[in-house]
Amino acid sequence: MSNLSEKTGTGAEEAVPEPLRPQPDPAAAREEFLRIYPEKTRKKRAKQLLVNCDPEKPVEIGANTRTIPGIMTQRGCTYAGCRGVVIGPMHDVLHITHGPVGCSFYSWQTRRNLAKPHPDQTNFLQYSMTTDMMEDEIIFGGEKKLAAAIREAYRIFKPKAIAVYATCPVGLIGDDIHTVCRLAKAELGINVFGFSCEGYKGVSQSAGHHIANNGVFKHMVGLNDKADDAEFRINIFGEYNIGGDAWEIDTLLRKCGVHVTATLSGDISYDQVTRCHTADLNVVQCHRSINYMAEMMEIKYGIPWIKVNFIGAQTTAKSLRKIAKYFDSRKLTDRVEEVIAQEMAELRPVQAEIRARCQGKTAALFVGGSRAHHYQDLFKDIGMTTVAAGYEFAHRDDYEGRSVLPTIKVDADSRNIEELDVEPDAKRFRPRRTEEQNAALAAGGFSYKDYEGMMREMKKGALVIDDISHHELEKLIELYKPDVIASGIKEKFIIEKMGIPCKQLHSYDYGGPYAAFTGAANFYKEIDRMVNTKVWKLVSPPWKRDPQIPARLVHKPKASRAEPDETVKTWKAPAKKADDEG
Amino acid sequence: MRKVAIYGKGGIGKSTTTQNTVAGLVEMGRKVMVVGCDPKADSTRLLLGGLAQRSVLDTLREEGEDVELSDIRSPGFCNSLCVESGGPEPGVGCAGRGIITSINMLEQLGAYDDSEKLDYVFYDVLGDVVCGGFAMPIREGKAEEIYIVCSGEMMAMYAANNISKGILKFAKTGAVRLGGLICNSRKVDNEREMVEEFAKKLGTQMIHFVPRHNDVQRAEINRKTVIEWNKDCEQAAEYRALARAIEGNKKLVIPNPLSIAELEALLMEFGLMN
Repeated sequence: MSNLSEKTGTGAEEAVPEPLRPQPDPAAAREEFLRIYPEKTRKKRAKQLLVNCDPEKPVEIGANTRTIPGIMTQRGCTYAGCRGVVIGPMHDVLHITHGPVGCSFYSWQTRRNLAKPHPDQTNFLQYSMTTDMMEDEIIFGGEKKLAAAIREAYRIFKPKAIAVYATCPVGLIGDDIHTVCRLAKAELGINVFGFSCEGYKGVSQSAGHHIANNGVFKHMVGLNDKADDAEFRINIFGEYNIGGDAWEIDTLLRKCGVHVTATLSGDISYDQVTRCHTADLNVVQCHRSINYMAEMMEIKYGIPWIKVNFIGAQTTAKSLRKIAKYFDSRKLTDRVEEVIAQEMAELRPVQAEIRARCQGKTAALFVGGSRAHHYQDLFKDIGMTTVAAGYEFAHRDDYEGRSVLPTIKVDADSRNIEELDVEPDAKRFRPRRTEEQNAALAAGGFSYKDYEGMMREMKKGALVIDDISHHELEKLIELYKPDVIASGIKEKFIIEKMGIPCKQLHSYDYGGPYAAFTGAANFYKEIDRMVNTKVWKLVSPPWKRDPQIPARLVHKPKASRAEPDETVKTWKAPAKKADDEG
Repeated sequence: MRKVAIYGKGGIGKSTTTQNTVAGLVEMGRKVMVVGCDPKADSTRLLLGGLAQRSVLDTLREEGEDVELSDIRSPGFCNSLCVESGGPEPGVGCAGRGIITSINMLEQLGAYDDSEKLDYVFYDVLGDVVCGGFAMPIREGKAEEIYIVCSGEMMAMYAANNISKGILKFAKTGAVRLGGLICNSRKVDNEREMVEEFAKKLGTQMIHFVPRHNDVQRAEINRKTVIEWNKDCEQAAEYRALARAIEGNKKLVIPNPLSIAELEALLMEFGLMN
């Protein structure tokens, strides 16, 4: 991961593997993808569908813009990003979705963000709580029902905190959830706070991440100043413990002697969130979903942040070394090297065996706001090339690197999401490193806030596709025939119907963990199993045997009644009739 | 059955005009149902002799699904039928959604069935056309004949023009038409001429000029329509004339809303004539 500016390390940087099969000309493929679109759509998609011509100088990509209706996007809604992704994994916070029942039901444990609380802690993750708004509440307002739901939930569960999430209709009818929460907080004496994360805000779930960051920062972080008794204290940001990833990272760091105060948000308790400002370093795994929190904590509490990646063996090693370098301790550095050597000794034979079977195969990744980047490292570990990749909801900085931040145009959709004004905390702000220490770190090639994005790490000539459409995905399969595609659940079965195995990276299907060295072994085995099975070649779908599918028109439009296009588009006032005068 | 909706600027006198006109129609022997589409539920007070009507939405909340037509519809003056949609208190919920729900409920309960032998249904709708819910009566042909209550005041005419835009939109896809402007006089200069001219420009007519008279207020204090309170007074004759004009109205048009510049020019011309 050249993203981590650290240049030391024993493992030599391995070049991106070359695919075995000849690959199509990317520029021609891109033209083919765009060809069928109407002009306006083509113009917009052309900005979001690029060839990575020069990885050193990424081309400007269109990202975090509105999805074009009809392209069948992978994206989710703002509520999903807020409740589902960022805050959902907090296991002893009681999450109440204020809205009709579907929003709550479909955010019920679908992400497999696991939790293993201590015996004295509570785990509410198995529950799905909602106010179940009905027509009555839409018409007469749902505030009373929400207040009743909070009271009822408190009476039954006695949680330390309750979080309330607004769904679309709540925003439309204007229920004031924040006042309800404030009153409930005073009445019940526990922390109660709301998130205005109505699904329609923003262009994707990314808006929900930002809203979640703001809320967690405002209502939870900094409430408890009790620091953990450990020498090297860090927080891991943007790690959601899908399939147990955070546990692998925790175990690894513990071996090295690094203490994790809080993982936001994976298997985390309310108490940990309130104390996370006592750590001395924030390491960011998913930049897209949580960079806001890292930035705000640096300003308010003086905790610096660095980008890490625990997905992939090489990158995990680099991340560990980078953490050790920050703490500047001989003891820690030695221990990290010891652990890396141990872990790699175990992993290397697995990797070598699988690499022999996977070398030269290709992958395409369309997922998340960081996973499409991070998982390329795991594929690289076993000699596989990523021929195309793109995010669902990332912004330009996640593609091109943080250096483009000043040039990102803030559009009306982004302005719709609150930016908090953060100032240093009078009592709690404490710079974690002196200027001299920082200068020494910089001289050693260490840098903070160092995310350089996906494109710099991808092969020259690879395709980069933001918010990929259904049509583009089908074309990609037709032209590139990748050996595996990593995406989400919505695309999974379409991809598999086309004879390509699909690894779901939202919830890992039923697998995982894939983080750290131990998780990497799981991923290698899983991919080996998927790309080397013959099952996809043995299946012959009916349309391959008999491409003629008889069909008949169900609805025949009546030509006489159809209006010409002009009249539909232009709703001109009718000319005055003469008899109107009478 | 003629399906009539009364729109107009808030406070212009829609409910008063509607009920007094309905009183004129029922006196003539017509069978009329009035549906109040205002969360305040005060559209049938004069016909019922007080705020006696349980609203559709309150009934739905209290009785659940088990609602009978008789629970939500009461007989008023001269066997007029009175319904109040009802809705949330100010500042919460969605009154528009409430109107949609209650009109659907009325349909399901058969309030519009042929067996009811209605000659007219009147919708008395809150304020301006503010959102989808308030446009419900003119959507999908719930109302086909719109009368806009206005006066010679700038804001009333502005609102009337805006409502015409709403009618134009729905007229394209449905049967709704503008039946005319009802001028509820505020005694402004050249009011009759100005509203007549405005109506003409919209492509419609001023169907009646209702002069300002204190008897309206007196009748209201007594919770009665003017016709019921004092059937022989001058104002009662005015409302009968309006009822007859509506009864005989054949001129239903798609309106031609004015631009703001045209509307202001009209006001300049008539308002400053003296």
